[in-house]
Amino acid sequence: MADTFYELIRKQGVSRRSFMKFCSLTATSLGLSPAYVGQIARAMETKPRTPVVWLNGLECTCCSESFIRSGHPLVSDVVLSMLSLDYAHVLMASAGKQAEQILHDIREEHKGNYILAVEGNPPLNEDGMYCIIGGRPFVEQLKEMAADAKAVIAWGSCASNGCVQAAAPNPTRATPIHKVIRDKPIIKVPGCPPIAEVMTGVITYMLTFDRVPPLDRLGRPQMFYGQRIHDKCYRRPHFDAGQFAEAWDDEGSRKGYCLYKMGCRGPTTYNACSTVRWNEGVSFPIQSGHGCIGCSEEEFWDNGPFYDRLAKVNTPLGAEANADQIGLMASGVVGAAVAAHAGLSALKRARDKSASAKPEKVDEGAE
Amino acid sequence: MVNTTADSKPTKSSPQKDSVLDRIVKGATETTTPAEKVYVYEAPLRLWHWVNAICIVLLCVTGYLIASPPPSVYGEASDHFILGNIRMVHFAAGQVLAVAFLGRIYWAFVGNYHARQIFLLPVWSGKWWGEVWHEIKWYAFAARRPKKYVGHNPLAQLAMFFLLIVPLVLQILTGFALYAEGAGTNSWMHAMFGWVFGLFGNNSFAVHTYHHLFMWFIVVFSIIHIYAAVREDIMSRQSLISTMVSGWRYFKDDEK
Repeated sequence: MADTFYELIRKQGVSRRSFMKFCSLTATSLGLSPAYVGQIARAMETKPRTPVVWLNGLECTCCSESFIRSGHPLVSDVVLSMLSLDYAHVLMASAGKQAEQILHDIREEHKGNYILAVEGNPPLNEDGMYCIIGGRPFVEQLKEMAADAKAVIAWGSCASNGCVQAAAPNPTRATPIHKVIRDKPIIKVPGCPPIAEVMTGVITYMLTFDRVPPLDRLGRPQMFYGQRIHDKCYRRPHFDAGQFAEAWDDEGSRKGYCLYKMGCRGPTTYNACSTVRWNEGVSFPIQSGHGCIGCSEEEFWDNGPFYDRLAKVNTPLGAEANADQIGLMASGVVGAAVAAHAGLSALKRARDKSASAKPEKVDEGAE
Repeated sequence: MVNTTADSKPTKSSPQKDSVLDRIVKGATETTTPAEKVYVYEAPLRLWHWVNAICIVLLCVTGYLIASPPPSVYGEASDHFILGNIRMVHFAAGQVLAVAFLGRIYWAFVGNYHARQIFLLPVWSGKWWGEVWHEIKWYAFAARRPKKYVGHNPLAQLAMFFLLIVPLVLQILTGFALYAEGAGTNSWMHAMFGWVFGLFGNNSFAVHTYHHLFMWFIVVFSIIHIYAAVREDIMSRQSLISTMVSGWRYFKDDEK
């Protein structure tokens, strides 16, 4: 357990050259100056590794899948060494009682010193019975492990926002972890899944500098979630020019114009897709010709439909309509009412005039 | 020049005894002033009205176009700047409207009574509610004769507060919050307006939806406002449209 990262990954046969490459890439992806490469390398070489416990609640494991595909091969190596492989459902070797015992041991041995990474969220209805881990509701395990953790990372939209299982009507009352754990710093890394390099970047930052990365108002690391996809989108010039795909496979779509009219959520989504991109920077949804669906945003499943610019609003009449349709309808009704009222007013005025045979204007001395 | 205001004429209670609350009620209810005309809207207020009106028109049109842009253009992206220009007009008009609104609030403090009226509803006054009801009857053709007002009639006052002032405040807040998004979450603007997202479940998309909905409140208000102004100009006992140009309210008692 006392091994440093460096010793561990060297044991795994990684060359020093590859290790230094990793440190440079990490510094770049964190937006740090080259001077920090040495600092990262030094931290990796000297610091005893901090155990990272990875818990899985209600989730689909896409975060784990994204994580283990972290672009640069070395990233996964380092990450595998960083993680306490003793406990991570997808990756650990042990099972059953043995596995749960390990969790207990980490809690005792590294009290207040381990990082808790949570993938998924706890359902709270029926005392949490909708998600049982090791014979107990997940919410209990989560609270227990969080109590002795140094910091908590909320992996993905499930842990950060609730995601699909918390979408209306949310039958299990799936609840993002910051509403369950209130006394620990929580770093939210939303996305469905988050970008692999963002995940490793966040973890590396925390282990290297021994502190939580700078967070925004919602608790997301600023270096990855500080701007919207739209702000750094390579199709942004088409948006400003007024060049849009109007339909799938029309000329604009083939020319790579802005997908705004196709319901792209880039303008309302905070994530690093348009800069870091996916699969070793190969592409990201918009680059592949499909709009962003805003997977890292609050309630993104309920902000539907994905292919409209405006969300459907539940109207009192039960009909689904968006804000503009409602507004146009209301304006139409009011406009018609005004027209009818004007007609009636004219009638009344004509009648009043003929009723009072007096001249219309008697300006002075009315009172 | 007869520069008489509503409370300058001593009625049953002497003016000295009036508390602030009494004066609010008095200014918002029926007047018996014998004056032929009263100076109601001071110049800064009239200026605000028309600047606000122009901004609202610009903002509604450009705002609608931002959400539903005109048909796509083709050719080099660098040859066009359509959405860029539309957004520029929207942002500029929004900032003018916000500054004008701040100026309007300032004027509510230093201007005459009528500068305060649309911000202060005398909801505690039975007399005022009675006149709201009378005004509803007047619009429902159930009252034959309208009452005489120096400022807004109570129903207009209600409409201005709930369909204009409240939506304007909400539009300014959501508008600046959305504008701050472009500046990034570590910008000073986001620091100032980021909390607005918290009111809407930290859901940026929902803030867009509400920014649309509030606009429609203002559109509905404008329809009613323009219609009522024209109608009352013809049918009520005081001038309206010319008052917002010259500031002078003329009374015309055309029936006994």
